[in-house]
Amino acid sequence: MNDLIRRYGVTITALMCLLVAFWLVMLVIVPNITLFEQSFRPYLPVVDVGGPKDVYSLGNYAKVFDGSIERSIFGYTYIIPVHVMTFGLTIWYSIVVTVACFALAYPLAFFMAKIANPKSLPTLLLLLFIPLWVSEVLRAFAWWIILAFKGPLNALLLALGTIDKPVRWIVDYDGVVIGLTYTYVLFMLFPIYNAIQSLDTNQIEAADDLGAPWWKIHWRIVLPHAKPGIASGCVMVFMLSAGSLLVPSILGSTTSQWFTQTIDQWFKDALDWNTASAYAFILLLLCTVFVSIALKVFNVKLSDIAK
Amino acid sequence: MSAGIDLENVCCDFGSFRAVDNANVSIEPGEFFSFLGPSGCGKTTILRMISGFIEPTQGAIKIGGRDMRGQRPNQRPTALIFQNLALFPLMPIWENISFGLEVRGVDKKTRRKKAEELLELVDLAGAADKMVSQLSGGQKQRVAIARALAVEPSVMLLDEPLSALDLKLRQHMRAELRTIQKRTGVTFIYITHDQGEALAMSDRVGVMSQGRIQQIAGPRDIYNAPINGFVAGFVGENNIFDGSIGAVADGIAAFDTPYGPLRARVLDKPQGQKLRLYVRPEHTISAAKKGTENSIPVTVSEVSFEGAFISVMTHSADGKVLTAEIRNDGSATVPDIGAKLFASFDAARAALLPDANVKG
Repeated sequence: MNDLIRRYGVTITALMCLLVAFWLVMLVIVPNITLFEQSFRPYLPVVDVGGPKDVYSLGNYAKVFDGSIERSIFGYTYIIPVHVMTFGLTIWYSIVVTVACFALAYPLAFFMAKIANPKSLPTLLLLLFIPLWVSEVLRAFAWWIILAFKGPLNALLLALGTIDKPVRWIVDYDGVVIGLTYTYVLFMLFPIYNAIQSLDTNQIEAADDLGAPWWKIHWRIVLPHAKPGIASGCVMVFMLSAGSLLVPSILGSTTSQWFTQTIDQWFKDALDWNTASAYAFILLLLCTVFVSIALKVFNVKLSDIAK
Repeated sequence: MSAGIDLENVCCDFGSFRAVDNANVSIEPGEFFSFLGPSGCGKTTILRMISGFIEPTQGAIKIGGRDMRGQRPNQRPTALIFQNLALFPLMPIWENISFGLEVRGVDKKTRRKKAEELLELVDLAGAADKMVSQLSGGQKQRVAIARALAVEPSVMLLDEPLSALDLKLRQHMRAELRTIQKRTGVTFIYITHDQGEALAMSDRVGVMSQGRIQQIAGPRDIYNAPINGFVAGFVGENNIFDGSIGAVADGIAAFDTPYGPLRARVLDKPQGQKLRLYVRPEHTISAAKKGTENSIPVTVSEVSFEGAFISVMTHSADGKVLTAEIRNDGSATVPDIGAKLFASFDAARAALLPDANVKG
């Protein structure tokens, strides 16, 4: 702090601190606290707000267990509350998206960091960034067009002879997974790219020289070194996917429901902000718990990721 | 177990730049061979071609008589020790050492045993479970050697492995490397820009400049009988004279210089190349009396005490600097600054040499 004052003077330092404090308090803490407080109160007609019925309870949180439906998997039939199922599927498909992003990003990151000619790297990065200049809504719509039953992807595959009749891409969660993977793959790419880039190329060559086949080099040298980058990419992609509303809304099918869409429906359709808030906190809390467990399992410390 | 290496007309181009130009070397099995040269002379490129990271543009590299063209680094019987060692920081020492065995599918118990044996060989017993970051520079060095030895290579390739160590440790590791080489009998190919290192450790030295091998010889011959000016200059100090060659008799040529007629050895029949006269400071005598030949009147400009020897810097009437070295054994008197003396040398100790063998 003293250093900051010495460098910029009292006025500018105070201004900087105030702006940061404003951002933190007004835009992060206060809205969250408001939602948190709201989530424990019942949804009441305006006249009853603040009245005897307006008491704190966990009722809004308990609503996820309402409305059970029957499902069956591997011939085993079970009853599950519909919102719990939505939540479970959201987590599951977020994992699928994370794995898909990793599978796409790791080879590309390795190529960029260790194989590509450093001269062509800026062009490569530009090509990766150009799609980001277009709004996320438009990109999701673009995929909706690409994946359409009579869209360009089917036309291309038919022309190539890969398939002999058009495929329905936007069915169940398929479209959502494709869209989310596309939207968030760069959040996986860059942390891994940074991690691999910091690996001394001599280590790869040393392993090669000692007789290691390529997969062994990756398994024993590159992957362990890139682990913090991979973890950070996975956390980001998973959290962003589970929290995405736009892509599931545009690329979802009649049988897909993302947990954020459920929250959105409580907010906008039911106009029940209290229950919506409770659901939002459930998502935040459980995702955080899930990520913490995953980090523990893969033996990564949060401080490693921050690097 | 150890194998010889033959480089036959090996060239390596990077785009239009020729990094290695027509290298021919035959290295004996079990030999300690050094490539010596300034940075950018192509010595590392030769090493990387032998280990398989770069394919030669032309020519053949044979290890144990077998042509290595198309063989990946992991298929060659070589082990490379990198300049920065490239130890694996995320593995304990014993896994580092046994990595080469791990990829060959050796079971864990055998690997552990082998690693401990090798640690003993390099005097690091008990370090098996430490991490790389816990070791000192010299210890890391030994681990790198043990890791390379673990795969029982026929040839060890060392890329300036001592350059990161401090002087004392470097001298100690020189002797250590030599001992390990003798003990294992593996062919060592050593890359360095430090002439002291190359001369002290090697059986033979190949001196390189601008992609060409200038001379291949034993350390003594490299120093005492360099074949050109580059080699003479790279491995030691010289007093150099320009002039023109006269009559040759019994290998001694007359050499006409602005400082009078001098005489010196001449190696081959001079073929119209420009020759210069090279004589080492330790073969140059500064004396009050004029010698019988090769004697130039000089004035002492500086005397610097170096410990084992005393360096006497002098200049001739027209300002040419000549250095003489006196052994610090009390046998000779140290001249005063400003003293008028004669710098002399024996014709047999001086040589007429062409400049470096370069392109064009």
